[in-house]
Amino acid sequence: MRLPCPICGARDHREFYYQGAAVMLDRPEPDAGSDVWDEYLHLRPNVPGAHDELWSHDAGCGAWLRVTRNTVTHEVIGAVLASEVSR
Amino acid sequence: MGELIARTPLDGFEPLTIGDVTLSEVDMGVLTSVAPYKGQTKAIAAALQDAHGMAWPAPGRATGKAEARAIWFGRDMALLAGPVPDPSLAQHAALTDQSDAWTCLHLSGAGAEAILARLVPVDLRGSVFKRGHTVRSLVQHMNGSITRTGPQTFLIMVFRSMARTLVHDVQRAMESVASRG
Repeated sequence: MRLPCPICGARDHREFYYQGAAVMLDRPEPDAGSDVWDEYLHLRPNVPGAHDELWSHDAGCGAWLRVTRNTVTHEVIGAVLASEVSR
Repeated sequence: MGELIARTPLDGFEPLTIGDVTLSEVDMGVLTSVAPYKGQTKAIAAALQDAHGMAWPAPGRATGKAEARAIWFGRDMALLAGPVPDPSLAQHAALTDQSDAWTCLHLSGAGAEAILARLVPVDLRGSVFKRGHTVRSLVQHMNGSITRTGPQTFLIMVFRSMARTLVHDVQRAMESVASRG
């Protein structure tokens, strides 16, 4: 599998560290309530198909990426810098 | 304080030649990571040009020449290798001395590309990776920096603590390529 780093170009997956669903980019407000925080921390929809994930380009430029990947076909659809994802 | 003697990471390592390729330690001089503050990339580029006469390296590129290089070293970071950084750079970027932190090797010879192909998961052939190109990638299992400094010469850098592992891994790849004749 190769991931298209916006800075380095397509790179082997060995260079990356996988963090998990990109929901971590969408942190609730501190006073959002325990239900919202419970969902943020623990509940993942696990939908088959296009899925946003966070990968760190550890062995490359060091940037965090939001990678969109199809969990059914394993197609890598694209990647953007996590810092450029509008929140 | 006692008399301290600086030692390079591979102090005493004699150049190793296997087949037509030579591996040797290189003294890069002072190494400084230059990380521009937010929004300061244009300013640091101008300061670097004024003070050291070389361009700010774009991602995947190295500028300057043998005695003084600026090597792209990651997101929003370059490594100034050679000169002591001019104080003017500190207005626009965080400067960190890295002189003792890196093992620096030259791999030189016609078979160098074939050797690196066994160690680095990036295409480093001359048709796509030319002089002045650089990557941050893996060397076997180690994070490193690889720069082409000549038609058949590469600069390989990994953390100092992995110096002998780097030599071991490169030597094995050199032997492997040479044995194929």
